[in-house]
Amino acid sequence: MCVAEKSSELFCGMTRYSLFPLQKRGGFVHYSIRISIINYTEKSLMDRSRIRNFSIIAHIDHGKSTLADRLLETTGALTDREKTNQFLDKLDLERERGITIKAQAVRLKYHADDGKDYVLNLIDTPGHVDFSYEVSRSLAACEGGLLVVDASQGVEAQTLANVYLAIDQNLEVFPVLNKIDLPGAEPARIKQEIEEIIGLDASDAVEASAKEGIGIHEILEAIVAKIPPPAGDAEAPLKALIFDSWYDSYQGVIMLVRIFEGTLKKGDKIKLMASGRSHEVLKIGAFSPHPVEFPEMAAGEVGFVIAGIKVLQDAKVGDTVTHFHKPAETPLEGFKEVKPMVYSGLYPIDSGEYDALRDAMEKLRLNDSSFSFEPENSLALGFGFRCGFLGLLHMEIIQERLEREFNMELITTAPTVRYRVITTKGEELIVDSANKLPDVQYIDHILEPFIVAAVHVPNEYVGGVLALCEEKRGIQREIKYLTSNRVMVVYELPLNEIVLDFYDRLKTVSRGYASLDYDFLDYRPSELVRLNILINGETVDALSLIVHRDKSQLRGRDLVERMKEFIPRQQFEVAVQAAIGNKVVARATVKALRKDVTAKCYGGDITRKRKLLEKQKEGKKRMKQVGNVELPQEAFLAILKVKE
Amino acid sequence: MSSLYIHVPFCRTKCPYCDFFSVTGQSSELTSYPERLLQQLSLAPNRERLQTPLTTVFFGGGTPSLLSPTAVATILNALETWPGIVSQAEISLEANPGTVNLENLLGYRAAGINRLSLGIQSLHAGFLERLGRSHSPEEATAAFRQARQAGFTNLSCDLMFGLPGQRRKDLMKDLEALLRLEPEHLSCYGLTVEEATPFYHLHRAGGLPLPEEETYRELYLSIQDRLLAAGYTHYEISNYARPGHACRHNLTYWRRQAYLGIGAGAHSFFPVGWGERWSVPPDLAAYAMQLERGEDPALMLESFDRRGAMAETLYLGLRTAEGVAEEAFIRHFGEGVMAAFPAAVARCGKHLALQDGYWRMDLAGWLIYDHLIEAFL
Repeated sequence: MCVAEKSSELFCGMTRYSLFPLQKRGGFVHYSIRISIINYTEKSLMDRSRIRNFSIIAHIDHGKSTLADRLLETTGALTDREKTNQFLDKLDLERERGITIKAQAVRLKYHADDGKDYVLNLIDTPGHVDFSYEVSRSLAACEGGLLVVDASQGVEAQTLANVYLAIDQNLEVFPVLNKIDLPGAEPARIKQEIEEIIGLDASDAVEASAKEGIGIHEILEAIVAKIPPPAGDAEAPLKALIFDSWYDSYQGVIMLVRIFEGTLKKGDKIKLMASGRSHEVLKIGAFSPHPVEFPEMAAGEVGFVIAGIKVLQDAKVGDTVTHFHKPAETPLEGFKEVKPMVYSGLYPIDSGEYDALRDAMEKLRLNDSSFSFEPENSLALGFGFRCGFLGLLHMEIIQERLEREFNMELITTAPTVRYRVITTKGEELIVDSANKLPDVQYIDHILEPFIVAAVHVPNEYVGGVLALCEEKRGIQREIKYLTSNRVMVVYELPLNEIVLDFYDRLKTVSRGYASLDYDFLDYRPSELVRLNILINGETVDALSLIVHRDKSQLRGRDLVERMKEFIPRQQFEVAVQAAIGNKVVARATVKALRKDVTAKCYGGDITRKRKLLEKQKEGKKRMKQVGNVELPQEAFLAILKVKE
Repeated sequence: MSSLYIHVPFCRTKCPYCDFFSVTGQSSELTSYPERLLQQLSLAPNRERLQTPLTTVFFGGGTPSLLSPTAVATILNALETWPGIVSQAEISLEANPGTVNLENLLGYRAAGINRLSLGIQSLHAGFLERLGRSHSPEEATAAFRQARQAGFTNLSCDLMFGLPGQRRKDLMKDLEALLRLEPEHLSCYGLTVEEATPFYHLHRAGGLPLPEEETYRELYLSIQDRLLAAGYTHYEISNYARPGHACRHNLTYWRRQAYLGIGAGAHSFFPVGWGERWSVPPDLAAYAMQLERGEDPALMLESFDRRGAMAETLYLGLRTAEGVAEEAFIRHFGEGVMAAFPAAVARCGKHLALQDGYWRMDLAGWLIYDHLIEAFL
């Protein structure tokens, strides 16, 4: 046992299970690591008819993680000591948000009512729209899925999106109504909704409460009965799908694979078809949930493969593993490079922390190939990084991990998307930061990314959602009444409006009842301009934004008013302006400080009053000096929100 | 050490803006209090500290005028005996106008008090009531005249401004009335809402309409205009005096000179190392108990390092018109103000200047003193 203070091993592969439980003491995440990881070897189960590969499809908060834990408990995979909630969610951050960020596969042994032993591979999926590609690969590894729906909340947009993904991949999906014990549960209505909205037969849906342990046995039996065993030919050339991979500091890259064709043995030389790299298989096994090593795995099975791969980028999710000497002719379908959609600048508040920030980011990237960063320099903020994320949630997660696990104090600039700028010379520039936008005279036109967004919302909030989508420059595609009370609103929207404050606003207009799913659509020409923020006449580059021309004035006015509230008053007046080029579109003034004095200061006051000032000064250490004005973090955050 | 502060933490009623330590309705404790003070004074560490006769003694509160002239005389007689009081010593007593009459004023004078500080605060009945003061404007002016009659030639008045609803002309009326009394010294305090006072809670509940910053500024500047014209010097942010009448005791605080404080809630500053500040906990029962056991109730509040001492020297010294002498600063700390605090000096801009060997804050700087001085801390 040893105690680590760094979090880079949070996903440390073979040792993953023993990281649990995480405990935070004094700001550090402490966990134990068992170095001798694989304790015994057992023969992998070769009878494909006894294998069931499935995943759980659920909306955030609908109880997926709790259900997964119950399945682990009931099948005896977890010891009593391990029966802490949500075994599959490893990071405390994940646990706090109630979402699973990384996929994981657990092998459960189940002695079914028919008297036979089965192997159930539960393939966990991330539960957020930012990670939809990972979800699609996890689903591709399964034959079936449990659709878990909150018995009082009903079907949500994101659930629907994942169910469609599953159905498209010919998965056998059967519904489970969770939280049946809650007073607001309406199983009959929800069943009807599932049938109407998704078209799934919900007549024999299992009614369960993962929290109370109700219906768990029925779910296990349904998995055995309803989900077909995997097909595939163990003698065919190897085709294994990587549906998750991560970096472990002791083992290198660990891949989770589903073997579709052929057999993979320890010592085999393998080739990754997309990256073209070849490696030798060092270990094969499965998590049950503790790692167990096998000599080989054949078609239909799910498990981990360790092949001495040093960089995560070499074992991308969606890639196909085949034999080097007897390769498959074609890879499995569906591989795609996941590219960041949202960009923002991350700067250390203390510029002396630049190197520490880079180290921290490198550690995070070891386990997150979809997070990218490159050095960036801002006049206002000094040295920092321009970072790319899959989406806003991904961005928040990275930020929070940097702050919590690495104790970084950060200033984040407004998130932006990738624009394609066609210059007057006909060149195309990719612009992921307002400061990289060329001057107006060099721009012929700008293209911005559009998405298609599906919002599910109860009837009474449709008006608010429509107004929001219109305000966000949306183009309506469809309004569909799924049931008498549930509506699906489909809009084409510019992604830059989504990254701004769309989620928050959507929550507000629907009182939290709307859910959102979106897909990238295309790039479209758009009237975009750079909006600069000037403080006492000086442009603060880190506050510049790319906005639609029609909105620039409104946005500018809102921004300067908001900034004004956050800029502490100084000895002099501070002018906050929003400008497009040389044209000022909005102005606000932070009045000069006119009185700030302790009237009485005698013997008894001296220490106490001086300490008050010292404390006040301490609070200002988190400020960034811009020209002669001190800007607090909040002023930078102000730019992320728009007044409603 | 030649300055002594005596804290008298008793009041008839608590004023809603005051956060100094004092208790009400404990007359029995008041009776035994002078004895306790002398007990504290006679403790070994204090005997060691007080090696030279006192040049200033200050009875502060609370309401020191709740002590009888006899009690004051007992204390001062003891001090005469040891460590002694120099002949030109400044011996001040704070008095609430509602607690004095010609008789006890004569008694204080006879006991040796030679400077009286009257907590008049306002001469407007309505504002006095809002401030929770127990005296009327008439009582206040009468107290002043009686003090003169009693032979006090060094009188100070407290005046508060920036009161909720106070207009400039209300203040100027107060000021004119005070000037007619011709005090030697005036302390003019802008009302400050201190935490854990009734005013604090009232203010948080929105029930205390304090003046806008701009109004405060105007009132502050009007006071200075008027008092300079009347021949007073503005020698500290809130203090004015006729030439030669600046409060010598209070100047020891701002000059960061040593003083011993006795009484529950009193503070001391000792020139040990880079300076130590001590305080007696504001707890009368504990105070009495410890003294009975012969223990020193004072606790060390903070001990300074060089940097802290430098910062506090400026924090206190720049409150005064005298300012901080560069040469003395260098002599004491081994480097000049600019060398030690370049960024903070720069932040003060034109408000802080070195002239004739002294660093001084200008009037506009005093108005935003906390904002500017913070940079040195």
